[in-house]
Amino acid sequence: MSAQAQDAAAATTITIRPASGWLALNLAELWEYRELLYFLIWRDLKVRYRQTAIGVAWVVLQPLVTTAIFAVIFGRLAGLPSEGVPYPVFIFAALLPWQLFSGAISRAAVSLVSNANLVTKVYFPRLLVPLAAVLSGLVDLTVFLVILAGMMGWYRVTPSWAVLTLPLLVLVAVLAALAIGILLAALNVRYRDVQQAIPFLIQIWFLASPVAYSASLVPSGIWRVLYNLNPMTGVIQGFRWALFGKAAPDPLTWISVTAVVVLLVAALFYFRRLEDSFADVV
Amino acid sequence: MADPAIRAQALSKRYRIGVARRGYRTLRDAVSEGLAATLRTAYRLVRARPRRAQADDTIWALKDVTFEVARGEVVGIIGRNGSGKSTLLKVLSRITRPTTGSAEITGRVGSLLEVGTGFHPELTGRDNIYLNGAILGMKRAEIAHKFDEIVAFAEVERFIDTPVKHYSSGMYLRLAFAVAAHLETEILFVDEVLAVGDATFQNKCLRKMQEVGAEGHTVVFVSHSMPTIQRLCPRVILLDEGRLVADGPSHEITRHYMRAGSLPPSERVWPDPDKAPGDSVARLRSVRVKSEKGQPILTIDVREPLVVEVDYWNLQSTVKPTAIIHFVNEEGITLFATNDWNDRAWWDSPPIPGLMRAICRIPGNFLAEGQIFVLAAVGSYNPNVLHAIERDAVSFQVVDRSEGDGARGAYAGSEWPGVVRPLLAWHVEKL
Repeated sequence: MSAQAQDAAAATTITIRPASGWLALNLAELWEYRELLYFLIWRDLKVRYRQTAIGVAWVVLQPLVTTAIFAVIFGRLAGLPSEGVPYPVFIFAALLPWQLFSGAISRAAVSLVSNANLVTKVYFPRLLVPLAAVLSGLVDLTVFLVILAGMMGWYRVTPSWAVLTLPLLVLVAVLAALAIGILLAALNVRYRDVQQAIPFLIQIWFLASPVAYSASLVPSGIWRVLYNLNPMTGVIQGFRWALFGKAAPDPLTWISVTAVVVLLVAALFYFRRLEDSFADVV
Repeated sequence: MADPAIRAQALSKRYRIGVARRGYRTLRDAVSEGLAATLRTAYRLVRARPRRAQADDTIWALKDVTFEVARGEVVGIIGRNGSGKSTLLKVLSRITRPTTGSAEITGRVGSLLEVGTGFHPELTGRDNIYLNGAILGMKRAEIAHKFDEIVAFAEVERFIDTPVKHYSSGMYLRLAFAVAAHLETEILFVDEVLAVGDATFQNKCLRKMQEVGAEGHTVVFVSHSMPTIQRLCPRVILLDEGRLVADGPSHEITRHYMRAGSLPPSERVWPDPDKAPGDSVARLRSVRVKSEKGQPILTIDVREPLVVEVDYWNLQSTVKPTAIIHFVNEEGITLFATNDWNDRAWWDSPPIPGLMRAICRIPGNFLAEGQIFVLAAVGSYNPNVLHAIERDAVSFQVVDRSEGDGARGAYAGSEWPGVVRPLLAWHVEKL
């Protein structure tokens, strides 16, 4: 036996008892299993692009085609304003956080069910599964950022100093996706209806976020207030602000960011509470 | 026990049954349950607590199981299907929580409830070793360190960078087991994973498991195979209907198990056609093992013929069902399968509804000694449909008294190999 196993063994006694009420989150254990998280993300990425004929090119192709379509429909045909930025760049910059968010939610929501074989056969903190589903989107994002840099060079758009806030905006998008993703993943184990509802949820959320159009089109008043409570409104506006120096996100964004954090904490506890029954139900 | 590795205290696990019933819920049911159900669901969602099950649709998969396992001990768990063996392992390896009771486990735990958990067909052998290792709880450095050893053990050196979907099933299982076999934890829970691969590889796995035991690891091992259990585990725990019914030296407990009512009987009858195994086409009524003279048997001499009798209801006048039986030995190996196709007169006649009796005669000097389990099924052809299937429907024991006129002749040693023991024609002459 290796020395490290012996050390670990000397210290640990696990107690197994019935679940009772709300449990502590046990984030230390999550950290202990960080290598498994890494491997789950790695598997997600490898599998996602291995079986397809053009592989990683899909990562690039999908948002580029979407951008082209939106640029033609909304930019050319509808002639919507884009705050002085070429429409393709304007849209692509919004698609970055949006794809991160929507992809993460749809992967996370089905993650526990599609990993049922793991959940019923091995012990590990179940939170790793939706976590890996969300975080694997960050790799795609990195690829997009390179393309975006290329597009900005082509259209001669120079970013402002605010570009340094991008990691923070990405963090908000990830936290929002985590909160929703974890919640849906846990619900989907028991109620498969969730799986059916996800495309609708994402479609509605997409229209309620300034991806294909400028947030300035939303009339002021109560609608604008509601609109700004959508965390993705703040994130997407933030991206455009950071990259092109256009209108900064509304101060109301702070409320939605706070709401995201609260929702995330609630989702974590909810997940933790249901966690032990996953193997029996999934 | 001064310093047990595992201490289980009145472990119990209750499962709700009738989940399948819920799956069949129609839209009308859903509507008629109406608003009340919706509100209840909403309340449950908020409370995040599973529905309180009614007493009558629950089953105790484990009930008050108490035992201790000392550090370095190798313990086998046996019992019939559904006796709670796997549930016990799932509870101990923290996959599911007990309903009541508790357990304390001291040491790093590894559990092998199946081999190849998390294997992905698209990934290469190399990738899968790392992924599976991580899932089993190995550190990356640990896997890297043992990588060559694992590959050599699995004998897949040439294909290590090929996606495992191109592997033969044998290679796949070897690789999967090789990773598992190199899991070095203080405590190891193993569920029947040895029942894989060809005989040679099984032996190799058994040797590896013996080494693990000899190295002072604590192993809890679930198996159906009495020979394997006896070889690996000095101590055995016997479960029956979720309860611990015996705990002691393996040779005693396995003998107790083989003799006690834990085995399927030699006769099974389902008197009620509505509850008998089957569907709208055919249902089993009874399965019996008899001597040639028609007497029910529990034990039969290796030299004597026997008869298996399958009664079934044919519920349709348009379908002609076929009776099928499989003979399975203690190690779970299907010795052979047979059906009534050989009765030409029956098959040339038109289908008739009613109660049918299919009788199959098994010659003497054919089966090897040991416990034989019979799977009985009713199917039909064109399209091939299995209407009823009952594993371990009945069982009987074959004994070889070694009186010199059987297949083993004058050999009186302890073991005679082979899953069958036919008495074959030989001719010897001087050349």
